[in-house]
Order: sequence, then C-alpha cells, then structure tokens
Amino acid sequence: MKTFTYAITDAAGIHARPAGLLVKEAKKFESKISVAKGARKADLKKLFAVMGLGVKQGEVITVDVEGADEEAAAAAVEAFLKANL
Amino acid sequence: MLTITGKPVYGAISIGPLALFHRNTISTAARTITDPEAEVQRFQSAREEAAAQLGQLYEKALETVGEEDAAIFEIHQMMLEDDEYIEGVESHIREEMLNAEAAVDRTAQELAAMFRGMDDEYMQGRAADVLDISRRVEQILSGGPAIDFSRYDQVILAADDLAPSETMQLDTKKILGFVLSGGSASSHTAILARNLGIATVVNTGTQIHTDLEGKMAVVDGFTGTVFLDPDEATLAAMQEKQKQAQAERERLENVRGKESVTQDGQKVLIYANAGNPADLPRVVASDAEGIGLFRSEFLYLENDDYPTEEQQFEAYKKALTAMEGKRVVIRTMDIGADKKADYFDLDPEENPAMGLRAIRICLTRPELFKTQLRALCRASVYGRLAIMFPMIISVEEVRKAKALLAEVMARLKNEGIPCAEQIETGIMIETPAAALVSDALAEEVDFFSLGTNDLTQYTLAIDRQQTKLDDFFDPHHPAVLRLIEMTAKNAHKAGIWVGICGELGADLSLTEAFLRMGIDELSVSVTSVLPLRDKVRSLNLKA
Repeated sequence: MKTFTYAITDAAGIHARPAGLLVKEAKKFESKISVAKGARKADLKKLFAVMGLGVKQGEVITVDVEGADEEAAAAAVEAFLKANL
Repeated sequence: MLTITGKPVYGAISIGPLALFHRNTISTAARTITDPEAEVQRFQSAREEAAAQLGQLYEKALETVGEEDAAIFEIHQMMLEDDEYIEGVESHIREEMLNAEAAVDRTAQELAAMFRGMDDEYMQGRAADVLDISRRVEQILSGGPAIDFSRYDQVILAADDLAPSETMQLDTKKILGFVLSGGSASSHTAILARNLGIATVVNTGTQIHTDLEGKMAVVDGFTGTVFLDPDEATLAAMQEKQKQAQAERERLENVRGKESVTQDGQKVLIYANAGNPADLPRVVASDAEGIGLFRSEFLYLENDDYPTEEQQFEAYKKALTAMEGKRVVIRTMDIGADKKADYFDLDPEENPAMGLRAIRICLTRPELFKTQLRALCRASVYGRLAIMFPMIISVEEVRKAKALLAEVMARLKNEGIPCAEQIETGIMIETPAAALVSDALAEEVDFFSLGTNDLTQYTLAIDRQQTKLDDFFDPHHPAVLRLIEMTAKNAHKAGIWVGICGELGADLSLTEAFLRMGIDELSVSVTSVLPLRDKVRSLNLKA
C-alpha cells in the first residue's frame, strides 16, 4: 500500500470541477484509492463522496492506494493534486 | 395594474407579454415493480441519454457564453457518471423493487440533503445541481417531451428561479426580460442576464398568478420595479424611459474605442475600478483604458485565513494578463474600518475609521505586508503594474513602505525569481493630512490617486454611512475641491501624474473642473466609462 498526504492550496478547496477531474484520474487505475480528511474517508473514485468531504484550502488530506498498479496510481494522483489543487 | 419590486440586476427597460415558466409535470410516484433488471436498464438508458443531452448543452454553451459559464454542464455530466449516484439508484430499484423514476428521485433527495447539510455555502449550492440532473433523467423516463422552450418568444419570462440548464436551453435572444421571485443578484441567471444585457429583476418574493399570463408587463431594471398589466399612463411613461435609455446607450457606443480628449485637445485617462478578478471581463468590455483601482481586499475578506503568496500572485497575474499591457493600479490591502476579517484579530475600536487600518496594519505587521508585496512583484512581469499604498498621512510612512518594497524586490532578485526592474509606486490621497503635505509626498512617489470618498468624510467630519447627516453632507464642498486642486498642483510641480479613484471621479458635473485642475486620470465604475468619455469629448476648456 502507498500512502501520502497533501495540503490543499487552491482557494476554493476541492470544489466540483477539480473533484470531477480528480475522480476521472483515479478511475484510470485498478487500485483501490481512498482519500481521508481527519477521521472521514471517501472512495476517490466517487465524485459525490469526495465532494462530501468538503475539503477546504489549507486542509490536509491523506491518500491511500492499494492494488496492482499502486505505484503509478499514487504518482498520478499526487501529480494531479500538485498541478490543480 | 399590479406593481412588484425586487433587486435590479441589469439596467434596461423591457416591455412585452408576460409568460410564466412551466416545467413539465414529472411523476416520481413510487410503484412496485416486478422485473428490477429491466428497470435498471430503463434507468441506464435514460441516464445515458441525459448525459448526451448535457454534452450537447456544454458544446452550445462553449460557443455562446464561454468556457467559464459552460463548465457547469461538464460537472453535471460527471455527476451523472458518478458510481455513488448510479449505485444509489440501482439499489433503490433492486432492494426496494422501486420504479426508476422514484429511485432517481430518492437518490437525488438523499444527495441533495447531504450537500445542504455541509457547512460551506458553495457546497450547499450543489444540491441544486443534483436535483437538476435528476430532473433531466426523470423527464426522459417519463417519456414526456422536454420543456417546450420555443414557447418563450419575445416575452418577459417569470419564474421562481431558473436552473443553468434551463437558461441555456432558452433562446435568450427571444427573451425580453426576466422576473424571478427567487434568486439573488449573484445567481446564475442574474450573471447571465447581466452578460447578455437583459432587463432583469430578481428576488421579488412574489409568485405571479397564472391569470396574468399573456398580459402586458414592464420590467424596469434600473429601479427593480415590475408593472404587471400596467395602466396607460405607466405604460406610456415606461415606453418613453425605454426609448431614452436605448437612445442613450446607442449614442454612447459612438465613443467606444475613441480617445478621451476634450475638443481643445486636453487628454485624460479613463480607467475602471475593480474589486475582484470576477470583474475583469466587465472591465475589458467597458472600454476602460486601464484599471485605476484594483482593490486587493477581496483576497482577505473572502478567506478564513491570511491569503497565501501563491493565491495572491495568481489573482494579480490574472488582472495584469486580462488588461494586456494596460496599466493596472493595485492598491495594497485596505483592511480595517468597515472591512474586517476575523483572523486579523483586530481589537474593537471606538472610532474604526480613524483606527488601525490599511497601511497602518501593514507597517505594524511587516511580514504580512511583505507577502503581499512579494506576490505583487512576482506578478509584475505579466503586464504594467503600479502599486498604490492607502491611508497615507506622512512622508515617513511612504519611505517605510517603499523600503519594504525595495527589500522584497532585492530578495526576489537574489533568489533568481523574475520581477519587473521598475514598478510604478504611488499613494492614495484620502486624508486631509496627505493633501496638505502633498508637496513633500510628491517627491517620494510616481503618482497620486485621490480617494474622494474618505477624503470627503475626513475633511467634513461626516460619517457617510450615517444617513441622518445627509442634509449636512455636500459632496461638492469647496474644502474638498480645494484639497483636490492643491494635490493636483503639487503633483504637477514634482512632475508626477494625479488621478481620482473615488465616486467624485464619475460625477459629470465636476468633470470640467477636474480637467481644469489638470487631473490626468479618472478611475470610475465600469458603467461610467463611456458616459464620462462622452462628457470629456463634449468639453472645450478654451471656449
């Protein structure tokens, strides 16, 4: 399993559009990917679940990736977060 | 005649027959089904068709309103493809043996409730999106025809509020005006109406009775008044007002793209004020020759914490890029007085207008100020930036602010981060003290900008929020005009330019006086740019 954390810098937090694109990115991989804010966890392949976390600017999320392509998936999700959020 | 009032959104008059917006009745009544797999199939094909419709709407919106307004349909498509949404509907069908319409409706209500329960206004608003996409699926499932948008031709459309997908399917060229009982001045429909220039009044709080359908209606988008079934005198008066407004708009179009110059050849720069990056498209469309006052407070007021350097940099870069090399005067943060953000932890003050605010906060907390200056300097390579310090009363303050700016610039240079070699630096003249020592201040800076709102309040000792003082308040008080004249003289003696960025700048009865004082720049609201240029071009100072 791969785990990393990321602090959101986008002023609007994880709002609808980047959340949609983030889910799209996650769906490219077979691995199970989850995102957690504090004690709350969501499947990163589910848009409403990700939006439901209500992640705001400055908050830290933890991403867990587990599966055959976890290396590539973790790298891609992290790169997406850095570039867009 | 029935008169209702609401919030005006776009200043225009429209007169025409009233149409009430009808949504097709969709039945989402629950039925028990026997073949859940067939029902799941029905749902899936309706969902796919809905997604395809949204794809077409997205393409259409891209062409008509641009990417930013079109993005909503892309989000709606993504929502329809969400596993949780699909699984929610399918489990209602399979586990409760529910028909697809009812299953979609329940799932939509559940997700909408989740969004409404969130602590963030933006996310709460997403409940409407879930309901909007579900209504589309339900519509297709019901087999009924989609809403007949072609009915709305040359009418004033009344509705509670309109979903983005509904406004997009309307042929807005055929809509004369909008009257919404709900909605706000910043709702999607209001923004669209403003961009399209359609007379609109929102938030009237009144449901219009179906008896009035087809009757004549007048929307006065200047005052926010709607006349239903107007009497002859009202109708005639509004027709006259409409004619005048139209003629005036057309006449003002004549000065678009022209120089702001008097008949005897004296030039003045007409700039626009902006309070937010969202204002930029309107600034560009207003034909302003630059931005004379870009307020940076929004960065602080719209946040729960101090905005980062990166956030600020992006906003400033956006403004400079949008103006394509035209001058953009960005005022450093003017927090304090009536503009407070909790996280600044400012003590309550007896007299906040004269308290710890603006440059006084910046010089008390230089680290905070340096973050803003650093973001400004980094953005400076994207256009023609000028930095302006507010609430100055002394030469000493200007020197301190300039020293911090020089320190930030030197540091960036050391770090190899690009920054313009020279950045124009100016100050607001908005205290009588600054006006009275403007000769000395002029030696320190590249320009002055007169903030006439505060200058008037401090000179006359009248709180402008206090409406009971209206009788004592004279916006043209000679004391204020003398301070302006004195400031202009001192600026020119030192060879620097001087502008006005307060409300007086747009006061056409003073334009001639300002030009005679040699004011070099007037920064006004976007809607005042063309009227002001028209006024300037009509003047002859030598006549």
